[in-house]
Amino acid sequence: MTTARIDARFASLKAEGRAGFVAYVMAGDPTRDQALEILRGLPAAGADIIELGFPFSDPMAEGPPIQRAALRGLKAGLTLKGTLDLARAFRDGDADTPLILMGYLNPIESYGHEAFARDAAAAGVDGVIVVDCPPEEADPLTDALDAAEVSLIRLATPTSDDARLELIARRTSGFVYYVSVAGVTGVKEAQSASVAPAVERVRKASGLPVAVGFGVKTPERAAEIARVADAVVAGSVLVDEVAAALEAGTSPVTAVLARVQALGDAVRGARVTETV
Amino acid sequence: MNAIIPNQYAMPDVEGRFGPYGGRFVAETLMPLVLELNQAYEACKADPTFQAELDDYLTHYVGRPSPLYLAQRLTDHYEAANIWFKRDELNHTGAHKINNCMGQILLAMRMGKKRIIAETGAGQHGVATATVCARFGLQCVVYMGAADVQRQSPNVFRMKLLGAEVIPVTSGRGTLKDAMNEAMRDWVTNVEDTYYLIGTAAGPHPYPAMVRDFQSVIGRETRVQMLARREKLPDACVAAIGGGSNAIGLFHPFIEDAGVRLIGIEAAGRGLDGPDHAASLQGGRPGVLHGNRTYLLQDDDGQILEGHSISAGLDYPGIGPEHAWLKDLGRAEYRAATDAEALEAFQLCSKLEGIIPALEPSHALARIGEIAHEVGKGGDVVLNMCGRGDKDIFAVAQHLGVEL
Ligand SMILES: Cc1ncc(COP(=O)(O)O)c(C=O)c1O
Repeated sequence: MTTARIDARFASLKAEGRAGFVAYVMAGDPTRDQALEILRGLPAAGADIIELGFPFSDPMAEGPPIQRAALRGLKAGLTLKGTLDLARAFRDGDADTPLILMGYLNPIESYGHEAFARDAAAAGVDGVIVVDCPPEEADPLTDALDAAEVSLIRLATPTSDDARLELIARRTSGFVYYVSVAGVTGVKEAQSASVAPAVERVRKASGLPVAVGFGVKTPERAAEIARVADAVVAGSVLVDEVAAALEAGTSPVTAVLARVQALGDAVRGARVTETV
Repeated sequence: MNAIIPNQYAMPDVEGRFGPYGGRFVAETLMPLVLELNQAYEACKADPTFQAELDDYLTHYVGRPSPLYLAQRLTDHYEAANIWFKRDELNHTGAHKINNCMGQILLAMRMGKKRIIAETGAGQHGVATATVCARFGLQCVVYMGAADVQRQSPNVFRMKLLGAEVIPVTSGRGTLKDAMNEAMRDWVTNVEDTYYLIGTAAGPHPYPAMVRDFQSVIGRETRVQMLARREKLPDACVAAIGGGSNAIGLFHPFIEDAGVRLIGIEAAGRGLDGPDHAASLQGGRPGVLHGNRTYLLQDDDGQILEGHSISAGLDYPGIGPEHAWLKDLGRAEYRAATDAEALEAFQLCSKLEGIIPALEPSHALARIGEIAHEVGKGGDVVLNMCGRGDKDIFAVAQHLGVEL
């Protein structure tokens, strides 16, 4: 399995002595073309890694912001195949930024595990996060992704005890995504006091970098998490920028990228200020 | 008929799988809870005091056993096999749903949970959940699609009288699947104190098996009653299918009896040839939703479609995984009835038997004549009368163009 792009990115972040910023956006939100423009602008705006959500009709672990984003994506006609096309279009102009797809299992089941893994690899996708596919159910998908050299990125949560962490770490690569709150996306705020020891546990169990997400809304919180994690994920606040821009009749592309810039700057500055 | 010999059928396996169906497809946050629930349920199953306590409440609070009634005028009407009603509409709260709620609430209390959440479509499961929560003094939150809140307003009021909080869900089309999504979001947010009381034989393991076990009291009683009355087993068991709990409850004790035909009736809505139905087994294909792999109504991209049925208890785009397996095995047969057929059967049963059925079993009633003819005179067909129609009279009046 090659996790070349992901590993290289975390290696250079380590060399810089800082955490990475992971930007989550939804495929097709608000249109295919604008989503592509957003994707293409993300690295320059400060995203070290990109998570690209693929829409699902029943996103059971998402709060209202990402639910609405998924609906906009579906309305724009973005299927899983369309998401892979979008990924490829991004990859054509960016050889280095790791690109992770994130979503739910049924569209992948419908596409077929092997076909999906093959087409994702061909589109330049580095990893996949499947929210409703715990380790107990993941072997068939992991087999297909392994064969295509695409990582299955696993989720660890506040409810994962040591035995589960071991299970979670067993067939994963790239990094582990630590869900910092018990809850859906975009509602509760992460408590940084509990995040630090959790990140340490996940790092130890997996031997992999740990990205922390689900409760990051402000630059202040992003900076706090950046001091203890290997990467900080923000999603709901970014897709909410799309919603707000649509409401205001302004450019979603500009709005999302400005927010990425602010959060990315906070992450980049977090450890520097500390050592000054 | 696929020959299943006694004692061969022991589903699901330890992973909660019925062949390729079932499983535990939930977010990682919920996995420890689902595993803990399974352990707690297994412990209760092995504990005779749990069963004794449940039996006591089923007898004195729910009103079991429910009668097995020979529907003589309906039998005469079709001039074919004897038609029997398993009268679960006589249960406290008016449907089979309380069999499951009583079992799960006792389990929840043993687990020390204080807050109960549930999803509901027709409102029958919500009412049953609110009822047992009132009885045992537990907090109750019910998620109900906004469209269903409209369609089933008497049940909404009932739940509120019982002290439950009813939260209308506006995402999606505002029906049962959306309510289930919202309940799962609540559960993942309140992992410490909350018990999710699922109302049908679907969801992540152990729910499909557990709900089936609690509903199997229907089939166990039917078996004893039919043997007492006719000194034989029924020739066919017939039940309406939403998520599949009343049907699996009737079917399960007969699965190893190859001579007993098991027939589930799905909601054909405006017809199986169009998009407006809720027949997951006959109009869907396998996929993953709400914690289990099963037949689903979905488009080519794997997006879940909204089911349609005149009955708010049947318009779920999925189906319990055990039915998916029984269908593939060929052990159960699945047919469908349209909105119009169900409405007609609703009226016929009311007039001939003096029993106003819920719209859900009206779907089974709509196919009972043809099944009685297939079985033939002298044979015995049991229909699960899983709910009474009080909750539906406003909706039916509207469909019939009657102003109340
Ligand atoms: C009376 C009645 N029958 C049937 C159903 C459908 O559920 P199931 O298929 O789980 O029995 C419902 C659901 O609300 C109901 O209220």
